[in-house]
Amino acid sequence: MTRALDDRAPQTVDPQTVDPQTADPQTVDPQTADPQSTDPPSAGARSVEPLDTPAARYRMIRLIRGFEELALELVRSGHIVGGTHPYIGQEAVAVGVCAALRPGDQITSTHRGHGHVLAKGVPPRLLLAELAGRVTGSNRGRGGSMHAADLRLGILGANGIVGAGVPIAAGAAWAAKQARADRVVAAFFGDGALNQGVLLETLNLAAIWKLPLLFVCENNGYATTLPAAAAVAGSAVARACGFGVAAFEVDGMDVEAVRGAASAAAGRARAGRGPVFLECRTYRFEGHHTVERRFRLAYRTAEEIAAWRARDPLESAAAALADAEAERAAIDAQVAAQLDDAREFALGSATPDPSGACDFLYASGLRPRAGALP
Amino acid sequence: MSLLSYAKALNRALADALEADPAVCVFGEDVGAGMAGLTFGLQDRFGRDRVVDLPLSEQAFTSLALGAALCGRRPVVEFQIPSLLFLVFEQIANQAHKISLMTGGQAAAPITYVVPGSGSREGWAGQHSDHPYSLFAHVGVKTVVPATPTDAYGLLASAIRDPDPVVFFAPSAAMSVREDVTRELEAVPLGAARVHREGTDVTVVAVGHLVHTALAVAAELAEEVSIEVFDPRTLYPFDWPALSLSLAKTRRLVVIDDSNRSCGIGAEVVASAAQESRLIAPPRRITRPDGAVLPFALALDRALQPNAEQLRQAVRAVAKEHG
Ligand SMILES: Cc1ncc(C[n+]2csc(CCOP(=O)(O)OP(=O)(O)O)c2C)c(N)n1
Ligand SMILES: [Mg+2]
Repeated sequence: MTRALDDRAPQTVDPQTVDPQTADPQTVDPQTADPQSTDPPSAGARSVEPLDTPAARYRMIRLIRGFEELALELVRSGHIVGGTHPYIGQEAVAVGVCAALRPGDQITSTHRGHGHVLAKGVPPRLLLAELAGRVTGSNRGRGGSMHAADLRLGILGANGIVGAGVPIAAGAAWAAKQARADRVVAAFFGDGALNQGVLLETLNLAAIWKLPLLFVCENNGYATTLPAAAAVAGSAVARACGFGVAAFEVDGMDVEAVRGAASAAAGRARAGRGPVFLECRTYRFEGHHTVERRFRLAYRTAEEIAAWRARDPLESAAAALADAEAERAAIDAQVAAQLDDAREFALGSATPDPSGACDFLYASGLRPRAGALP
Repeated sequence: MSLLSYAKALNRALADALEADPAVCVFGEDVGAGMAGLTFGLQDRFGRDRVVDLPLSEQAFTSLALGAALCGRRPVVEFQIPSLLFLVFEQIANQAHKISLMTGGQAAAPITYVVPGSGSREGWAGQHSDHPYSLFAHVGVKTVVPATPTDAYGLLASAIRDPDPVVFFAPSAAMSVREDVTRELEAVPLGAARVHREGTDVTVVAVGHLVHTALAVAAELAEEVSIEVFDPRTLYPFDWPALSLSLAKTRRLVVIDDSNRSCGIGAEVVASAAQESRLIAPPRRITRPDGAVLPFALALDRALQPNAEQLRQAVRAVAKEHG
């Protein structure tokens, strides 16, 4: 249950009397939130910018790229602990898919989820504050990189377990179908998830029930160091076809190609014609995780990386701008300012009070017994 | 007055919940046919969209329930075998249970997972005889194990209304219990213990069907020792204040618990009592052996489960000690 979609739940909350267990985290405007405040973070009355023009899509790709570079820097400087799974190189998939979604549509995301979360509308300052473990973060510093969520925006959560978001997305799609709402749900997952049994179970369920669900496979060629070619028998698309699910291969480096395929898929799902599977061929330019830098792993050749970098989705998106150079410079400047603001907001925000480490554990407000008696 | 069986009580609680709240829905295998009794007749009454037959895809449908819960539904998920909970431990313990904290309180997962027929079913062998309630209590998932039909009704009603995930064990050894019901059935709050029989010498904490064993032993030994039969009903959150009250009176404790010994709920009860109550006798525990796997042959199956004779001995042993 979320306060977001449960329209039977009243939404008026007095911030002074809010119980931290039941507080709606999204009652503060992100733009005006005080970074020192220990109040719930904001996401609320935000207007999500549509990704409906090439310029908007370029802008979002630029934002994700810049955000991920900033996150890498903050991991190196120790401001972000635990590290991140950089999305650099794969931006066209998140942006292309989210461009095909409506605000009321929902997604589930992965361990490599920053791109999905930003493209679905979370302001970078809230996501960065979450990565830095601050009370103003999207999840009040309780989730971090791998669990970023914003239920009001239809982001049912990134997930630390490979493939685990997919059946959750199917449940949301089932609920949408039951409610006769014309929502669709997109489940993002990697090539590694193709070998999770629960994903295959979910393909079957989605097919027999004709759920309004988009299976978005981001095939970046590797599950950590294991090449998909050595791990996936048959092919992703053939697996989906085996369940009678319409499946397409998409150039995941081209935001317009992804958007086109995802729009057609969403239209089909919205019309009640069932799920669609998109295998987006893409590549991550960085390591699997920020710790990889320390290990100097050599599972990909320099030539392979260079070949994919030559197809940088940022460049192809920039090429689609009407007045390429001037427009690009203007957007880049805006994004840089937005990221400066995000950094300032996140690093200026308070860290959570350790006495609240068990806050939010139970929606009912139940407090667990302490680990040590006084 | 009417005679209510445990199975019928569950069925009625679920029917009442479906009737009262359109958000309630049921997922499971053979729930349309009502194989396990829990859902008998409910698909005819509420339709296939609310009592939903699933293919044999427990992991997918357990998280499907979470996705539906995130959209305002209150799913009840039925499992045909207690050990299927091992298969979906990820979906319950790692996904549904953690979502409230990990989202900083944005999301709640009001899901009830029901096993109608937990523990030994007599002769169903190694993979159908588990009683893994202590696992969920350990993880911190709300866990209930009702002993009687009225408690089964009342706790299922509360579990479905609760905003958090709840695992509901209906012990197969309690499913045949019938009870004279004189009052209207009503919800029983989670986390509230019940003293079935008051006593002054020994507190016997009994879980699930073993409450009936404890009541029989208490009646039998009544002349000799005054036993208080304490039924936690909910194992997590456990009603520690009620246990403290009981132990303040008896200062002697025996726990009878159908878990494996190591890390079972009985261990927690004994440890908490030792730490927080002034006992005058070392507390005793009656459980399955460490790491038990129930063998098939009936005599072997029964040999590993807690029984009345063990309880008698333990009660006599602690009653002998005087502080
Ligand atoms: C079920 C599961 N197994 C293993 C892991 C550890 N792990 C985290 S990410 C990852 C690789 C995932 O590969 P893929 O799905 O292709 O996503 P990518 O990292 O390429 O984006 C692994 C093995 C995990 N988180 N979950
Ligand atoms: Mg991969």
